[in-house]
Amino acid sequence: MTMTTLQACSLLGCPIDDRFLAADDYAGPLARWCPGCGDHAILASVRRLCENHQLQPEQTVFVSGIGCSSRFPHYMKTYGFHGLHGRALPLALGVKLRRPDLTVFVSTGDGDCFSIGSAHWLHTVRYNPDMVVMVFDNNVYGLTKNQTSPTSPQGYPSNTQPTGALLGPMNPLSVTLGISGASFVAQTCDWLPAHLDAVLEKAFAHRGLSFVRILQRCPEYTDKIFTEAMRNPDRVELLTHEDGVDLPQLARTYQHQTRHDPSDLHRARQLAESTDRYRLGIFYRNAAMPVYEQVRAVPARSAAERLATLELELDKYAV
Amino acid sequence: MPETAAVEKTCQTLTRQTHTLEIVSDSGEGAQKCGQIFGRVSARMGNGVWTVEIIPAEIQPPARHPTSASGNRVRIGTGQVTNWGDAADLVVAFNEQVLLQRHRLGALARGAIILLESMWENHDDPDIREAHAAALEEMSTGGYRFVMVPMEEQCLQLVDNPRKGKNMFALGMLAWIYSRDIEKIKEQIAFEFRKKRKEIYESNVTLLDAGFKWAGENLDFRVAVPSAPFDRPMVVMNGNQAVAMGAIAAGLELCSMYPITPATSASHYLSEIIEKYGGIVHQAEDEIAAAGVAIGASYAGKTAFTITSGPGLALKTELLGLAIMTELPLVVVDVQRGGPSTGLPTKVEQADLLAAVYGQTGDAPHIVLAPATIEECFTAMITARRLAEAYRGVVLVLTDANLATGVQPFPRPVLDERFCGPPLDFGPVPDGLRAYDWDAETGVSRRFIPGQPGGMHTVTGLSHDEHSRVGYTPDVHERGCLMRSRKLAVFQQTLLPPEVHGDESGDLLVVGWGSTLGAIQEAVDRARADGLRVSSLHLRFLSPLEPGLQAIFSRFRKVMTVEINYSDTVGDPHITAENRRYGQLAWLLRAATLVDVDCWTRVPGEPLRPGDIHRGILAQLAASV
Repeated sequence: MTMTTLQACSLLGCPIDDRFLAADDYAGPLARWCPGCGDHAILASVRRLCENHQLQPEQTVFVSGIGCSSRFPHYMKTYGFHGLHGRALPLALGVKLRRPDLTVFVSTGDGDCFSIGSAHWLHTVRYNPDMVVMVFDNNVYGLTKNQTSPTSPQGYPSNTQPTGALLGPMNPLSVTLGISGASFVAQTCDWLPAHLDAVLEKAFAHRGLSFVRILQRCPEYTDKIFTEAMRNPDRVELLTHEDGVDLPQLARTYQHQTRHDPSDLHRARQLAESTDRYRLGIFYRNAAMPVYEQVRAVPARSAAERLATLELELDKYAV
Repeated sequence: MPETAAVEKTCQTLTRQTHTLEIVSDSGEGAQKCGQIFGRVSARMGNGVWTVEIIPAEIQPPARHPTSASGNRVRIGTGQVTNWGDAADLVVAFNEQVLLQRHRLGALARGAIILLESMWENHDDPDIREAHAAALEEMSTGGYRFVMVPMEEQCLQLVDNPRKGKNMFALGMLAWIYSRDIEKIKEQIAFEFRKKRKEIYESNVTLLDAGFKWAGENLDFRVAVPSAPFDRPMVVMNGNQAVAMGAIAAGLELCSMYPITPATSASHYLSEIIEKYGGIVHQAEDEIAAAGVAIGASYAGKTAFTITSGPGLALKTELLGLAIMTELPLVVVDVQRGGPSTGLPTKVEQADLLAAVYGQTGDAPHIVLAPATIEECFTAMITARRLAEAYRGVVLVLTDANLATGVQPFPRPVLDERFCGPPLDFGPVPDGLRAYDWDAETGVSRRFIPGQPGGMHTVTGLSHDEHSRVGYTPDVHERGCLMRSRKLAVFQQTLLPPEVHGDESGDLLVVGWGSTLGAIQEAVDRARADGLRVSSLHLRFLSPLEPGLQAIFSRFRKVMTVEINYSDTVGDPHITAENRRYGQLAWLLRAATLVDVDCWTRVPGEPLRPGDIHRGILAQLAASV
């Protein structure tokens, strides 16, 4: 994602804005997620990213759907659009299509993105607009109080499938990597801030749709699912590469490391398929993939130009 | 018995004030193109014109089958023509089966002249010969005058595949019959086939000339519909083209859509031209995404729009609610077709009215307007954009399949830069201004868009306060509902009462909306010519309703809507005053005025005929004596 620092100008001149924005300057009202929810960690990481890049709050838009993940925009002091269940991506695409100068983030969840919004997931990845899409995947519907999600592990008991999830979970990484047009696919988790920061940093730097699945703890419903992974480094495997994420400070704790070149799509698909461990890192990146808002860019026309052209069009229909 | 055209002929000219012709073929044989060109050229020659497409839902349905009829009805006249009329006076048919369908639908006038392709009568296939004979036998009750025309044979002398060009031969015949300007026709052919190879144009012109020549040598009648030059510059186009051009004139730069009949031709046309105007057509992955992209674009900048038809409107419902709740400007065009469900994809109905006005969960006030003519399809888009921005919300424009495909000349619009609205304001938001700084008197507030320093806020579909902060308390929710509703009342007070067509008082007031305007007024005028005290009124704004209705209604003994949607008929089994379901406008009017408004509605999948409405008027007068 490229950063723009377009400043509002008036007839009195363009203001020179030299304020330094700290992470807290991006903070909106107090977040209302449960204590211990992984979303807090993501929020903190995103605010750090904003500070690192000194994103102009008025040039930054967070778009979301519905669910715990989607309350995110309310907690940022930027522009935000808290949309409808499943519809964050079309809304975000509309924003980016009309205003390529804006920096756009999407926060969505496993139910929002992989279930009710699945058509938009496939197609927006294919359009490849320049935005960071963060899927907060806690393997459950949290806000509606514990229903099975597309990524719930088989056997996970919920209020809608009390004897345990009937089907095995879908693999969002494999699906995303299977979409022609995908340009950036990564996975990280809320409990490794350094990794989360590094992945979001790469996602932000990528020009195109950066799909980031963030494994996220839900202390209320799916705490057990990720607790083991959090406590047992053996359950995690880091994908490392100089073009991906390579964090020496994690090397001692996380013994399972695989060198993976993010430009290798075939290998990325193989790595995504295998589910014996949680693989964290950049699976795929292709900076050459065309960006939709650029594909659709047309020269702007003034009202006068538009009407002059319309007169010529009307001539064709003149009696 | 069908006659063969006389070789030694004396030519008779029938002079008429209006004349209705149809050209029908199997799909893919080009009857529609023939009818469109004939209609446009007639308009360019100074005739009033109204065209209606006859169209099956499939691209290539089985040949020579009654349900496959495809073509066009063109009604031309001296002076303005406002509707498709009652029945066709002249028909060109490429086979007897598609003609039979028109006969069965009562579309052909008694004694109509029928120019029928002659190749089927003595076809090699005995089944075809038999079907032909049976069809002509069935149609013998119509008193038609059949003229057998060897179109196939004539075209084969010039081209290898008459299927691709017989329509131009037919157009040539019609040009001779109606004394059309052959040069204007050639210009129109060049325009219609501008994306095709030049050889196609040349082959078409050759066939056109051949048809013209054949008709001159073989037909013994011509039809004269005197035309008068228009007293001002005119344009001629269909409603979907007018919607598209209106959108451009209105400064709308982003059309986000998903393909759906009969709305798509507007998007096709826009896709062809809009980039020259700095805009784009985005074809979304589904109807919902189409609305989502439009709303996202509106949120971040100038008003965007989406265009759809009934099933698409149903899918967009939730997102339209979001735009209403977040008070984002959005223009939605619904080109109505027959419903419910997939219904009649290619055919006209006015049955989305209640869905358009009330099809939301929760209280979701928004503006619904309905153009009644092709010209109004153009102007409605300009009005819609202005209202969407002034009142920060959704404006739904209801057209229909009849307007979408109907071609009519109208005064050339006088363009104005103000149609496009003001440029975006990226200036800093003044201190203390809130995201929804509702004016308590009007409910109107100023909108900030991303990029404006100091205006940062998160819009949400959740109940929210002036700061756009989520709030579930009674005062927050009630105030939000009040402010959104007040905007509609304020807007309603800016409207003028509708004009009455005919006397201001009388025995019966007919109320309509949308594309039925011309047919209703023609029917009312017929009744008035017979001395009946009937008037009519046509609504353009359905939500909010135009003011003064109760006062106008009170001056008539009876009020009746005429609509293309379903209603129960008094006297039918089980139908009582208590359970009777009314036409959709009738429901709205009854609720708003407490007047006992009756309705006369039909769902034929085709435009209403003035003659049928006239009978409905007579029946209503007889019943309410």
